[in-house]
Amino acid sequence: MKLEQRKDLLGLRDMSRKEIELILDTAIPMKDVISRDIKKVPALRGKAMVTVFYENSTRTRTSFELAGKYLSADTVNLAVSTSSVQKGESLRDTIKTMEVMGFDLMVIRHAMSGTPHYVAKNTKMRVINAGDGTNEHPTQALLDMYTIKEKKGTLENLKVAIVGDILHSRVARSNIYGLKKFGCEVRVVGPTTLMPPEIEKLGVKSYFSLEEAINGVDVINVLRVQRERQQSGLFPSLDEYARLYMVNTKMLSKAKDDVLILHPGPVNRGVEISSELADSSQALINEQVSNGVAVRMALLFLMMGGARDEINN
Amino acid sequence: MQLREKNAIMDEMAMKRALTRIAHEIIERNKGVENVALVGIRRRGGPLAQRLAARIEEIEGIKVPVGILDITLYRDDLTTLSSQPLVHRTEVNFDINGKDLVLVDDVLYTGRTVRAAMDALIDLGRPRCIQLAVLVDRGHRELPVKADYIGKNVPSSKQENIAVYVQELDGKDGVVIQEIVDS
Repeated sequence: MKLEQRKDLLGLRDMSRKEIELILDTAIPMKDVISRDIKKVPALRGKAMVTVFYENSTRTRTSFELAGKYLSADTVNLAVSTSSVQKGESLRDTIKTMEVMGFDLMVIRHAMSGTPHYVAKNTKMRVINAGDGTNEHPTQALLDMYTIKEKKGTLENLKVAIVGDILHSRVARSNIYGLKKFGCEVRVVGPTTLMPPEIEKLGVKSYFSLEEAINGVDVINVLRVQRERQQSGLFPSLDEYARLYMVNTKMLSKAKDDVLILHPGPVNRGVEISSELADSSQALINEQVSNGVAVRMALLFLMMGGARDEINN
Repeated sequence: MQLREKNAIMDEMAMKRALTRIAHEIIERNKGVENVALVGIRRRGGPLAQRLAARIEEIEGIKVPVGILDITLYRDDLTTLSSQPLVHRTEVNFDINGKDLVLVDDVLYTGRTVRAAMDALIDLGRPRCIQLAVLVDRGHRELPVKADYIGKNVPSSKQENIAVYVQELDGKDGVVIQEIVDS
């Protein structure tokens, strides 16, 4: 298995189990690098990458940038809000500009599903999807899987519940695609208005009762409530949402004793997760963030570390 | 690339004797091993370092710290390799600051691996000195690198490959010269 023969990382849907395993295994020595006094290795010296985020982000963008720097790549952030995009430059022209400047890799986030796929087809640069609309957020799912594997020792056949706004969640989709490749039983739970009717076609079981959904699970992945959805009338109030779907310490007795709580952040305390649980040792929110750097280092190394001239597209 | 075995240059006993001699030399050169630590370069340097440590313990009664170094992220040929090497963990679980470190590898050839290993070590701390022990020195250096302890000097041609087998990874001990034959 060679990841360097893959030009882009657009989603976990079309990724093989072997490729995912290679990324997760490579992230282990990367995590060692981050824990040292000198957090830098020369592996990507002379490579350049640019992060282009058309949507806001704290952790994903910073995490990619830091991962690149720890590997000695030159990293640049295109600040979309102060760039020529505001003068009306088209996406295609922006990409071309980045390409001719000599970047080897572009990390892109966009509100429209499929944008990274379009970009990938129109550039020689390697492209990593950092979240596209409601489609996929593959690196978030990879770091979730890494975190689970690190704690449980395996991903094989675990029971995982994903809670919240399944309809709009790219994190949920990427997690489903990834976890299913390891034989996990994936359950999704949330309000009917936020549950896509055809979701079970992805091989998951949907629930409307939180209690039922978390019964006997190894992992609960709590999604962020996207407050902007409330305006669109998909759920009546944050209070009601919290009453029905907030994960708290009390209800964890339904799940396995050693259940892990994941949350991709940023956290709305008292809405999708209780403040007490978010700060407990079962919640791995901070571990997820630090593992995210290691997983992205692995990915950048595997995609940019090999010989360049063999890739044609 | 196909390889054909040409001749054996060390058997199990010869390897054992060479390692025993190197262990003695390390002790002698460093006037004891109180401040010595061994670091094997993945993969075959790892088991060789373990064996040297065991010999040193037999002779001196002192357990020296042993670590394993993965140099993949420090290689100078990453961008030209056609297939990508796997990255493994570096396991140096002791403080290397101020130590007299002995790097251990199976074969010394161009010297590029040793260069990468020294960079990797210096990112972990500041040893008092770094020495180099190899089971086989086959010549053809491309960098100014010289071994302090050598099991056997083996003049070789660039058309040949020197294969070191260790029990721990290969199920047998021995060193053989292989010829590269075009398939």
